[in-house]
Amino acid sequence: MKTFLIPALLLASPALAQDRVLTIYASDYIASEWGPGPKIEEGFEAFCDCDLQFVTGDILPRILMEGEGTPADVVFGLNTDVTARARASGLFAPHRQDTTDMSLPVEWTDDIFLPYNWGETAFVYDETRLDNPPASFADLLEAPDDLKIVIQDPRSSISGLALLLWVKQVYGDDAPEAWAKLAPKVLTVTRGWSESYGLFTEGEADMVLSYTTSPAYHIAAEDDPTKKAAIFPEGHYFMAELAAQVASTDQPELAQQFMDWILTPEFQQTIPLANWSLPARLPVEDWPEVMRNLPRPDKTLFYSEDEAEALRQPALDEWLRAFAG
Amino acid sequence: MGAGHAVAALLTALILGTLGAVAWAAGGLSVLTEWDWRALRFTLWQAALSATLSAALAVPVARALARRRFRGRGLLVTLLGAPFILPVIVAIMGLIAIFGRNGLVNDSLRGIGLPEMSIYGWQGVILAHVFFNLPLSVRLILQGWQAVPAERFRLAASLDFGPRDIARHLERPMLRNVLPGVWLAVFLVCLTSFTVALALGGGPGATTVELAIYQAFRFDFDLGRAATLGLVQIALSVGALLLARRIAVPAGFGTGMDATGAPPGPGGWRRGADALVIALAAGFLLAPLLSVTASGLPRVGALPADVWSAALRSIVMAVTSAALTITACLVLALAVARGAGRWVEAAGMLPLVASPLVLGTGLFILLRDLATPQQMALPVTVAINAAMALPFGLRALIPAAQALQADYGQLAASLDLKGLARLRLLVLPRLARPLGFAGGLAAALAMGDLGVITLFAGDQPTLPLKLYQLMNSYRMEDAAAASVLLMALSFALFWLFDRGGRMDA
Repeated sequence: MKTFLIPALLLASPALAQDRVLTIYASDYIASEWGPGPKIEEGFEAFCDCDLQFVTGDILPRILMEGEGTPADVVFGLNTDVTARARASGLFAPHRQDTTDMSLPVEWTDDIFLPYNWGETAFVYDETRLDNPPASFADLLEAPDDLKIVIQDPRSSISGLALLLWVKQVYGDDAPEAWAKLAPKVLTVTRGWSESYGLFTEGEADMVLSYTTSPAYHIAAEDDPTKKAAIFPEGHYFMAELAAQVASTDQPELAQQFMDWILTPEFQQTIPLANWSLPARLPVEDWPEVMRNLPRPDKTLFYSEDEAEALRQPALDEWLRAFAG
Repeated sequence: MGAGHAVAALLTALILGTLGAVAWAAGGLSVLTEWDWRALRFTLWQAALSATLSAALAVPVARALARRRFRGRGLLVTLLGAPFILPVIVAIMGLIAIFGRNGLVNDSLRGIGLPEMSIYGWQGVILAHVFFNLPLSVRLILQGWQAVPAERFRLAASLDFGPRDIARHLERPMLRNVLPGVWLAVFLVCLTSFTVALALGGGPGATTVELAIYQAFRFDFDLGRAATLGLVQIALSVGALLLARRIAVPAGFGTGMDATGAPPGPGGWRRGADALVIALAAGFLLAPLLSVTASGLPRVGALPADVWSAALRSIVMAVTSAALTITACLVLALAVARGAGRWVEAAGMLPLVASPLVLGTGLFILLRDLATPQQMALPVTVAINAAMALPFGLRALIPAAQALQADYGQLAASLDLKGLARLRLLVLPRLARPLGFAGGLAAALAMGDLGVITLFAGDQPTLPLKLYQLMNSYRMEDAAAASVLLMALSFALFWLFDRGGRMDA
C-alpha cells in the first residue's frame, strides 16, 4: 500500500504556509476559472490578510459525513430546497446579516443561510428551431408530443428537484396528471444540468429545463440572441444559492468577515456575469445590461423549507410513477 | 504465492472494508424501497442482454480479425479497442451525434423514408453498453484465438480440415473456454453501469443499482441504503462469478512455438463475409469517435492553460494507476496459475463488482482522521482506478499465466529457473501482451474516470473534471474540444502500453 501511495502523494501540492486560511466548501463549478470563485478569492484576499481556499465537491453529503470535525469554515453554494437537512445537522452558525433589503422576489428571513444569488427555473429554447414556443405551462402540457424537452433527475440534480416543486406548486394534487402529459415529451432525463444543456445545444431537444437567466450567457458571451427562456404566467420556481458559516470553525473572525462581505456591492457585482444568475442584493440599475433586459416572470413560486422537505418524497413518488412507464 | 495472497487480501479488505465503513457510518443497513427493487430488476435484465449481445457479436468480429491478414490490421485492432477506454461522457456525445435525433443514422433513415430510431430509453442503454463492451469482448476472444498455437491450425490444414472441422475441433473448445469469462466480464461491467443509464436511460424506467446508490448518497444522504445496495450489487456479482466457474471448462492446447504463422483463412464467400463483419464493426465503433473529433478538434489549440495542466495531472495519475495495476495483476495471475485457490481469483475480480461510490465514500470515512480530503483526492483516485482496472487485466492475464504454467512450469522447475531470472526470461516475455493490455486499460480508465474524484475533488482538478466545469459554465464548444483532448490522451496511453506489450506482433 505504502509503495503505491508514495508516487501519488507526490502529486498533491504542499499546504500553504500561511496561518490564516479560510476553507470554503463550494460546488465544483464555482471554483473553476470560469465560475465566480477566482474573483471572489481575489477580492477577499485583497483585504482579509488570509488565504482563501476553495474545496470543491458535493458540499452537503460531505459536511454531513464529516460532522463537527469538518475542516470547512464556510460553505458556499448550498441550494434552497435542501436547507432543512443542512439546518437539522446543527453544524451551521447564524450569518448575522440584515436581510430586509434584498433584491429577491421572495422575503428572506433565514438567519443561518444567506443567499448570494438567485434565479428561477425555466424552459429554454432556440427561437430559430422552435417557431411556436408554449406560452404557458398549460400550453407546454398540451403541446404535441413531438416537442421534445430534456429535464434533470430530481434524485441527482438540484434543478431537477426544483422542477418537481415547480410542478407541484402549479398543479398541486393534479401534479400526477401534469406529469403524465409531460412525460411523452421528455426525450431523456439526465443526471445533471450540464448533460441536459449539452443535448439542447446539440439540437437533440427543443427545450431544456434551465434557468430564466440562461439566455444571458448566450447574449453576453456568444453574441447569440436566439436562446430564450419561455416565460409562463403560472409563475416560475425560485432557486437561490446560499452561504453559511460552520459553527465549529477555527477561524470564526475570518468566516464572519466573509459572510459580511457577501452582500456588499463589490461582491454582488461579480455574480451576474460569472455565475450567470442574479445578484441577491444589488439595485436593478447596477445589474449588467444583459441581465436587466431579460424578460422577467410576473410571478415567482417558492416553497418554504419545511414545505419543500415534506413534499420532496411524495412529489418524487408521483414523478417516478409517471416516468417508470 | 505469498505475494498473491497478500494482494488478494488487500483487495478484499479494500472492497469489503469500505462497504463496512459506509454501513458502520450509517449505523446499519437500510431497507430497500420499491424503486430499488425495480432498479435491481432492470439492472439484471439490461446487463444480461448487453452481455449476450456483446459476446455474440464479438465472435464473428474476433474470428475475422484472427484469420485475416491485411494492411493496417494491427492499427485496426488497437482502434477497435477505443470505445471501451473512452470516458463515458465523451462516448455518449459521439453516440448521440451518430444515433441521436439529428444524428447520421436518423438523417439517413429520414432520407429514405424509413421511421426513425430512438437512442433514448432502454434501447439506448443497451446500444451504449454494446458500444462500450464489444471492443472488450473482441479483444478477449481474439486473445483466445491467438492463444491457440499456430501449429494446431497448420496441423488442421494438413489434415484437410474445412472451416466446419476447424470450428468443431479448435474454435469451439477455445470459445467454450473464453466466452463465459467474456460474458461475465461484460455482465459485471453493465451491472455497475451508471452514467450510461443516466444519460440515455430516459428516466426512472431505466435506473440501475449504481445509480440508485448515487441517489442514496446525494439525494437522501442515506448511507445505510447505499451500503445495502452496494451489498446487493456484490451479492449479484459473486453469484454470477460462481455460476461462470461452473460452466467454464479450461481447454488444453499444448505447447507451441509462436514463431511461425497460422495458415491463411478460408477463401470464397467467407472472405467477403469477414470483410463485411470487420467493416460493420469498424463503422459502429469508430463513427462516434470520428464525429466527436470533428466537432471538437478545431478548438483544441485554443483551450485555456488550466485545461492543459489538468491534462498533465491526469496523465501522471493514469500512468501511476497503470503501474499499480500491472504489478497487482501479475502477482495475482501467477498465484492463480500456480493454483493459489479460487478465492485469490475471486478477490481479483471483486473490484469489478464494487461500487466506486461506496469505495470512495468508505475510504473517505476510513481515512478522514489521517489526511484531509484534498490530500486524499489524488492518491485515492489513483488507488481506486488501479483496483477498478484490475479485473479486466486479470481476465486477459489469467488464461495466459495458466497456459504458461501448464506449458513451461515443469521445464522451468527442472531448469531450476526461479525468482527474478524466471520473471525476466520466462514470465515477462510470455505475458508481455496481456500485461501491456492490462496497463493500457488501467491508464485509459484512470484517465477518463470522473466518479471518485468528484467525491474528493480538491483544488487539483483532473481533465474529466475540467470538462464538466466547462459544461457547467455553458462552454459547450470548449467542452467538446476538451473531450477530444481527453479521448486522444486516453487513447495514446492505451496505445503506448498495449504497443509495448505487442512488440513481437
